[in-house]
Amino acid sequence: MSMNEEKVRNEVREWLKENWSPNLDLVEWRLKLADSGWGMANWPAEWYGRDLPVSLVPAIEEEFNKIGALTIPKSGIRMLAAATILNHGSDMHKEKFLKRIITGEDVWCQLFSEPGSGSDLAGATTKAVMVGNKWVVNGQKVWTTSAHKAHWGLLLARTDMDDTKHRGLSYFIIDMNQPGVETQPLMQMNGHASFNQVFLTDAEVLPDFQVGELGDGWQVATTTLMHERRAADSLRSWGQASKGDGPIYDQERVETETTMQPYKWYPQRAGRVDLIMDRAKETGAIKDPAIRQEIAKLMTLHKSAEWTARRARAAQEQGKPQGPEGSLGKLAASNVARAAAKVHTLISGADAMLTGEDSPMDGTIAEILVSFPASSIAGGTDEIQKNIISERVLNMPKETRFDADKPFRDIPRNTVS
Amino acid sequence: MKFSFSEEQEEFRSFLRRFLEEKSPTTEVRRLMATDAGWEKEQWRKVNTELGLTAIAIPEEYGGQGFGLSEQCIVLEEMGRSLLCAPYFSSAVLTANAILYGASEEYKKKYLPEIASGDLTASLAFTEETGAWDISSMSMCAEKTENTYHLTGVKSFVLDGHMSDLIIVLAKVNDNSGSQRLALFSVDSTATGLTKNLLNSTDQTRKLAKLMFTDVEATCISSEDDVTEAMQKTFLKSCIGLSNEMVGGAERLREDTLEYVKMRMQFGRSIASFQVTKHKATDMLADVELAKSAAYYAAAAFDDGESDIAATASIAKASASEAYMQTAINAVQMHGGIGFTWDNDTHLWFKRAKSSEVFLGTADFHRELMMQSWDQ
Repeated sequence: MSMNEEKVRNEVREWLKENWSPNLDLVEWRLKLADSGWGMANWPAEWYGRDLPVSLVPAIEEEFNKIGALTIPKSGIRMLAAATILNHGSDMHKEKFLKRIITGEDVWCQLFSEPGSGSDLAGATTKAVMVGNKWVVNGQKVWTTSAHKAHWGLLLARTDMDDTKHRGLSYFIIDMNQPGVETQPLMQMNGHASFNQVFLTDAEVLPDFQVGELGDGWQVATTTLMHERRAADSLRSWGQASKGDGPIYDQERVETETTMQPYKWYPQRAGRVDLIMDRAKETGAIKDPAIRQEIAKLMTLHKSAEWTARRARAAQEQGKPQGPEGSLGKLAASNVARAAAKVHTLISGADAMLTGEDSPMDGTIAEILVSFPASSIAGGTDEIQKNIISERVLNMPKETRFDADKPFRDIPRNTVS
Repeated sequence: MKFSFSEEQEEFRSFLRRFLEEKSPTTEVRRLMATDAGWEKEQWRKVNTELGLTAIAIPEEYGGQGFGLSEQCIVLEEMGRSLLCAPYFSSAVLTANAILYGASEEYKKKYLPEIASGDLTASLAFTEETGAWDISSMSMCAEKTENTYHLTGVKSFVLDGHMSDLIIVLAKVNDNSGSQRLALFSVDSTATGLTKNLLNSTDQTRKLAKLMFTDVEATCISSEDDVTEAMQKTFLKSCIGLSNEMVGGAERLREDTLEYVKMRMQFGRSIASFQVTKHKATDMLADVELAKSAAYYAAAAFDDGESDIAATASIAKASASEAYMQTAINAVQMHGGIGFTWDNDTHLWFKRAKSSEVFLGTADFHRELMMQSWDQ
């Protein structure tokens, strides 16, 4: 353990001793975390952090966990919003938004994808036009997780039809609670509706709420996407409330239940490798030599994906340049999900045809079998990931483009009905 | 350090890589693999004494450098990358560990310093003609005479067995009580009654021998009545070592193939510009990187004394077996016709991938081992 780590651990312990109590109000506690900088210690000291290297964050969290003190929930779109604002936002943005991201009072959503532009995000056609002293936005967004609960949206919109595709985009923060924003849930093949369609009809954005320069929207969006994809490796965990007695724990449980509700099926989407051995033993499938082989294949893939993600994290924490292992996490995670769904099917046998309460584990297994395909699509399809890795990591030639150097107006695109 | 290497380790690796690139180019590999011996004493002595490679993981008290398996695995990975033709895996991995864990103090002191210095080459004879890697499946049984033992039977797939100075044999011994136990024996390579046949191995860089014993005099060197546990430890440590050697070879193949497709022009464009090639190259990267992670993790977990090490070693070997072979298949395919020729170097690694896929157990065998260790 380095001197620095020991010093930081002592400081955290001291601070927790004086400040933590399970009888505090949740928001009140998180305000303390924001003011002291211990909630997001790797953020800049002037913006609710302590300027500490990311490598010390696990040690800090460990000190919190030792005494059951709550930390900041680090999943969800709001953390992508925070990363984007810290990188590209104005002081006004930082003042207005960061604290309420830490306290969890604001819910965020990401308005990037459109019916006509999925993998090709930069083909967005939602338009923002300056009318008087406001931006007026018209268009349709899709796959927007939590839009129905969100206070704020990260919006990618076209501000110039005559400039090239990538240069014609700008990035905004839009108030989701206004008449021009209409949200409709989109039912998925697994019966859940965590995504939405968002219809923007003369929705308004104040000029101050533009992030980055006019025409720099794609560059800013890239920051958001990079954080999203980096988090999508097999080490990802979905917000689970801490166990404990006291009002603050009750409040956190309510929060998890409501704001994390859209993510309820996400563990199933990742394949639930954690259930495999118990299910195999309980059903007796573990005695089948063919199934044993398939389980072991899955475990080999799962473990080596996890160790690869840890190699990538270790390099990142030590400030080393990212090696090829760093780009493979998302791709490996979708392979694991696919393989796990196959093995769950083998283990369940005929029961794999059933859903809901008739199916094993009250529907959990059935949910895995119809949720895993989302892993290789959401946040960038496997195919897009492979294009990115081959071009940026392996330095292979870029795809021939037909849309790079002409006005966006002249590029063939989908017609949205 | 399960997930990253220290600066010293990285420096050692890059030094070793440059050194082996110079000493073991494929022209040299091709020259040595065509000989019956498979390696040359003088050439190997030069490489070994300069770097102390055979000494690296042998404890200091037995004349070694006392580093861990992680450091030895760096050596193995770089040797796998360069296909160095040397009696390293047989002496410094299989046999050195069998002696370290299974032999009495007297024989550790006798053999390990000489193996560490490179003066003594040694082979471990444990597999028999069935080709089973399972230690308990051995059938050779030593016969006890008044002051010594005699061995009769066949050991096969013995790495470098035709050339080594010393043969360490794993055989059963009948107890007074009528039960059987496993013991280690040392046999001089020139002993009377020992016939050594070089097998025709597909991978010419990895020489295998069949050793036929007819009433050969042998010395029991075991430290305990039964060496089963010591041999299991030797086996899993060797599997981890081999996995690291394999990922070194796989990475080299992957890199060479990538370089080739970037250079090769068809239809007026580099074939690396085709999406089908790009996606395959990415799959190859994922295969190799995941297998590397498992091999690195297993070596560090062994050094840390982790309890689940048997399953971890099998994960590393299963992962390396599949990744190396798949990489080799893709490498030939992406080279096209030229990749199928003898002149092109791809087949050298393809054949190493094939022999390593099977040596110390196939992926299926190791998958069953991991299930056994989890399902007790």
